[in-house]
Amino acid sequence: MDVQKTYKKYIDIFEKFKDELKDSESEKFFKNRENAFEIFKKHGIPEHNHENYKYAGINGILDKDYDFSIESRAAKVNLNEFFKCEVEDLDTHVVLLSNGEYYQDNEPIEGLNKGVVICGLKQAKTEYPEIVEKYYNKYSSEIEDGFVALNTMFAQDGVFIYVPDNIELNKTIQLVNLTHGFGNKNIFKRNLFVLGKNSKLSLVICDHTLNSSNNFVVDLTESYVGENSQLDYHSLQNEPNKSGVVNSHFINLEKYSRCNSFVISLHGGVLRNNVFAKLAGENSEANLYGLNLTDRDQRVDNFTLIDHLVPNCLSNELYKGILDEQAKGAFSGRIIVRPDAQKTEAYQTNRSLCLTPQAKMRTKPQLEIYADDVKCSHGATVGQLDENALMYLRQRGIDEREAKLMLMFAFANDVLLKVNILPLRERIAGLIDSRLRGEFSYCAHCLLNCESRN
Amino acid sequence: MLVIKNLHAEISGKKILKGLSLEVKPGEIHAIMGPNGSGKSTLSAVLTGNENFTVTEGEIYYEGKDLFQLNFEERAKAGIFLSFQYPVEIPGVSMINFMKTAVNEQRKSKNLPPMSSGEFLKYMREMKDLVELKSDLANRSVNVGFSGGEKKRNEIFQMAMLKPKLAILDETDSGLDIDALRVVANGVNKLKTPENASIVITHYQRLLDFIVPDFVHVLYDGKIVKSAGKELALELEEKGYNWIQKELEV
Ligand SMILES: Nc1ncnc2c1ncn2[C@@H]1O[C@H](COP(=O)(O)OP(=O)(O)O)[C@@H](O)[C@H]1O
Ligand SMILES: [Mg+2]
Repeated sequence: MDVQKTYKKYIDIFEKFKDELKDSESEKFFKNRENAFEIFKKHGIPEHNHENYKYAGINGILDKDYDFSIESRAAKVNLNEFFKCEVEDLDTHVVLLSNGEYYQDNEPIEGLNKGVVICGLKQAKTEYPEIVEKYYNKYSSEIEDGFVALNTMFAQDGVFIYVPDNIELNKTIQLVNLTHGFGNKNIFKRNLFVLGKNSKLSLVICDHTLNSSNNFVVDLTESYVGENSQLDYHSLQNEPNKSGVVNSHFINLEKYSRCNSFVISLHGGVLRNNVFAKLAGENSEANLYGLNLTDRDQRVDNFTLIDHLVPNCLSNELYKGILDEQAKGAFSGRIIVRPDAQKTEAYQTNRSLCLTPQAKMRTKPQLEIYADDVKCSHGATVGQLDENALMYLRQRGIDEREAKLMLMFAFANDVLLKVNILPLRERIAGLIDSRLRGEFSYCAHCLLNCESRN
Repeated sequence: MLVIKNLHAEISGKKILKGLSLEVKPGEIHAIMGPNGSGKSTLSAVLTGNENFTVTEGEIYYEGKDLFQLNFEERAKAGIFLSFQYPVEIPGVSMINFMKTAVNEQRKSKNLPPMSSGEFLKYMREMKDLVELKSDLANRSVNVGFSGGEKKRNEIFQMAMLKPKLAILDETDSGLDIDALRVVANGVNKLKTPENASIVITHYQRLLDFIVPDFVHVLYDGKIVKSAGKELALELEEKGYNWIQKELEV
């Protein structure tokens, strides 16, 4: 694979479309693209030689011809009609996206708390410029990463959510991103979530491709969690075997705020998930959880960076993975404890099960601690199913296959137990169960009749 | 019910069972006693079909059929149950889910429909009472954080749930205080019917005060060297295994 060629391609695309992009938005927003372009020119596409992307294996998916477009590719058909959430007891406000764009004909959300804004990011740039300008590309511009830069260069739309002070959303917001249509698309989606003080927002994000197109998605989400607020973020990924996704989530936490982030990779081709969490205010808390279930030639690579800037903050990380067949996985967890960040507590655990000798998992903790009064720990294990436990279950008449499933499910369960919304936990449990059974794992209707096992 | 003829078995090239023969009929309780390392656990492993052990010679018939034709879980489904000497801890698998799966797999093999949740919970409660199992254990992960005694009691609870035809209790008494021993023995006695049989492997005759065997066998160096009625257990207790060894040398 010639990464140089891909690099050149994106440079050319930007040169070609930059005037059009410039005309489509205010100067302030366009400046972000130009700055990102400079970063991209300098750093290029991160490869194996890049510390953070050593094992990502993204190169393999770059060399396809992806269709790039700055024109809208959103659905013309009525998506509302064929999407109905059937998660029992999980009452959500559903927001649809179509090929990474906010779906214009989303049904109006009834009973949404006063002052809360949910709309397309593109629309927000003109309707709520003060808020968007204040937060857009703030944290993400601090990280010099080629994929982050690519998203900033090209992304035009996604979802914008603003929760004013003192509002706890009465329902979970479910963002359903449907990718559809023919051809292999290059999609750049961008979300911005802003929570004021003393607020609460719970999100479920279902990314799903409706056919077996091999798309390359470069996603970026920024979350700004204000003082004493809480964000619960659950991302469920279900993509076709030959797809590629690089997804980055930037979370900025003010004092006494908390974020519980779940990245559940149920299925995919090559998935790369970056989570950047900045503990910017004292007594804030970042809980990052991940679970990936892979088989065949799938790859899931999780990268996390937790930046403890100030004292008295807490971070917990628990990432688990089950790798079957030739699946590959990687986890790199970087934790930085800055000199001022005394009384930091930072805990990291990564556990993986490799079910075959061909399945490979790499794990790399990176702790950079510059304060002296801290409690940090990290642990990583890569193992197989417990043979004695398997025998024990089988002696009670449980078939080997079923016994293995029980043990795999038990392994995944500790991540699941961290999901606080019970109906959602049960729903995810059901998805994990059917995924492990090799059944096609569809999330009620947000993961529609898909051919992702093809 | 069970006929073992001239059984030889080894593990990693090491010969352990060296010509063991035994016959068990429905309704009988057989005690197998013998010093450490004589092959008692190996016998239970071979009977249950543990693939780590290799049978090099001999035959086993279970209900008139060649036992070697059945794999590990098929034997379990055919009613062979082992109360493990060392029960395994399984974090993340709840006792309820474990037993529900096991009971329903067994029912499936008998072409019975799965039990409803209500039926199952009722059945589980009854069996829990039968073996005097503390109720919260059922909500916990299998054997995780259980005391030694609770683990053994949990084995008998599983036996009660699954109602095996042939139960092999491998040193279920070891590590139990006298009260726990009585509870475990009571459970076994209550589960006894004219159709099922038990092989009780033990080190001490103590358990046999509570579970009265029809036959006592002494396993020594991979062979059954002496068989008699329950009085043999008392004799062994009194004279120790050296007595057998001396008798053999004569
Ligand atoms: N997995 C194994 N690998 C090698 N040797 C074993 C293994 N299991 C048992 N043995 C050996 O087989 C012999 C019989 O063991 P076992 O059947 O456990 O005896 P018992 O239950 O009568 O104490 C012992 O010498 C023991 O060391
Ligand atoms: Mg033993």
